[in-house]
Amino acid sequence: MDLTFLLLTLVKIVLICFVFAMIMGALLTWVERKLSAAVHDRVGPNRASIMGVTAMGLLHPIADMIKAFTKEDFVPAGANKALFALAPMLAMVPPLVVFAVVPFGPGPNFVIAPLDTGMLFILAIGGLGIYGAALGGWASNNSFALLGSLRAAAQMISYEVSMGLNLVGIFLIFGTVSLSQIVLGQGELLWGWLPMWGIVLQPVAFILFLTASMAENKRAPFDLPEGESEILGYNLEYSSMRFALFFLSEFVEIVVIAAVAATLFFGGWQIPWVDPQGTAGGWITAGQVAAFVGKVVFLCWVQMMIRWTLPRFRYDQVMTLGWKYLLPLSLANIVVTAIVVAML
Amino acid sequence: MGKLVERPEPDVIIQSYLPEVWNGMKRTSRHFFANLLMKKGIATIQYPDEKVTYPPRFRGNHRLMHREDGSVRCVACYLCSTACPADCIHIVAGETDDTDVEKAPTVFEIDHLRCIFCGFCEEACPCDAIRLDSGEHRVPAFCRKDEMSGKEDLLSRGAPSVSKQGGEFK
Repeated sequence: MDLTFLLLTLVKIVLICFVFAMIMGALLTWVERKLSAAVHDRVGPNRASIMGVTAMGLLHPIADMIKAFTKEDFVPAGANKALFALAPMLAMVPPLVVFAVVPFGPGPNFVIAPLDTGMLFILAIGGLGIYGAALGGWASNNSFALLGSLRAAAQMISYEVSMGLNLVGIFLIFGTVSLSQIVLGQGELLWGWLPMWGIVLQPVAFILFLTASMAENKRAPFDLPEGESEILGYNLEYSSMRFALFFLSEFVEIVVIAAVAATLFFGGWQIPWVDPQGTAGGWITAGQVAAFVGKVVFLCWVQMMIRWTLPRFRYDQVMTLGWKYLLPLSLANIVVTAIVVAML
Repeated sequence: MGKLVERPEPDVIIQSYLPEVWNGMKRTSRHFFANLLMKKGIATIQYPDEKVTYPPRFRGNHRLMHREDGSVRCVACYLCSTACPADCIHIVAGETDDTDVEKAPTVFEIDHLRCIFCGFCEEACPCDAIRLDSGEHRVPAFCRKDEMSGKEDLLSRGAPSVSKQGGEFK
């Protein structure tokens, strides 16, 4: 534990968790509004301006932030103050922590903590996200918020199961749960020309994983715990920056899902057929980091488009989809993968 | 006995969501990219900056027309206030020095809070005195008093009309 290592890790934490994840999260609030506008043939936000410069509405996230900071920080009477304050932090921190094990580029320099149990770490930390929603509703002393948090907890626990199981196929194929090793494994070629990306080997798992993790993220079409347009949910009593934390955590989770999905199913930092071992250095390494960021951006876009394409499920449909379809399908996927891996 | 409505079960392909999700994504993506690359098909009008021009028959603020000498064309015949279904026109007739017409309004008030902009008054008017063709939208006001338009206000929006009194429109 020398000082250089400590400083380097701190720099990486700041760069990845705060610069990359937070800025992507803040930008996504803008992207979501502009993208939904484009889908609806509208213009989208374009009114916030500083000295007449509107920058395509890019100032709106800043305006939102000023609004969140200056609003009253309301705590309802009878609320459990400690848990009420803790819940937004519990919603915000896990998605940021997950970035610790995501490899942004080849080698140990582009990951904060190159854990061998990386994927298990992600599942464990990702599971903590339930506490934010559950405690938030429970501590508010409001029966509607409590119902919202019950919906959130039930939905997230249901989908957590199949989300984890979908990844077992990937673990079986690459024989490891370390994200760096999985990415290296995806650099190999199938039949001499096809990159062994997760989506090529496990297309079903990718679709199930994306579905389950979008449900886990509580966004449309699975936004029943929250239902921001009408039914409200666990964040009912929250205002000011505490609400903004819940809100922002969703967007950071989009980035997390995109990063994990890119790592497991889209070859991480791999550029097909170029330097699969990641030893080249120089411009090729820079290109590989850029490729990873590009994949993350693409998957964020896909999640946004799904959100603005599909209507919300009914609650029983959400549960049916989770337990009756996703879970058996992911189990079947594991069995088939296991048989194929054992035979080869 | 109610009528039994048959509800066909959707087939497995539709129930699996995926093809339909794909079709939906195709449609939304098409709109997204079309609007991203060129601003074609965007229906929004940036209102305070951009305004649509009203069609020529748009009924907006009332105005009272002038004669050639600038006096009001209205002869206080009360036809418009009689025709008005919203009862928003208040006229007080007075004498005038003009020997051709016997009366002129001393008070001509329109209560815009009552007015429904139906245009019956301009149809009823035999003198081409009141018109709704100013093309201006009614502006909001902070108190009720400001929504009453008096004779001067109506005249200031007016223009000379040379059509024959009580006769055909020119």
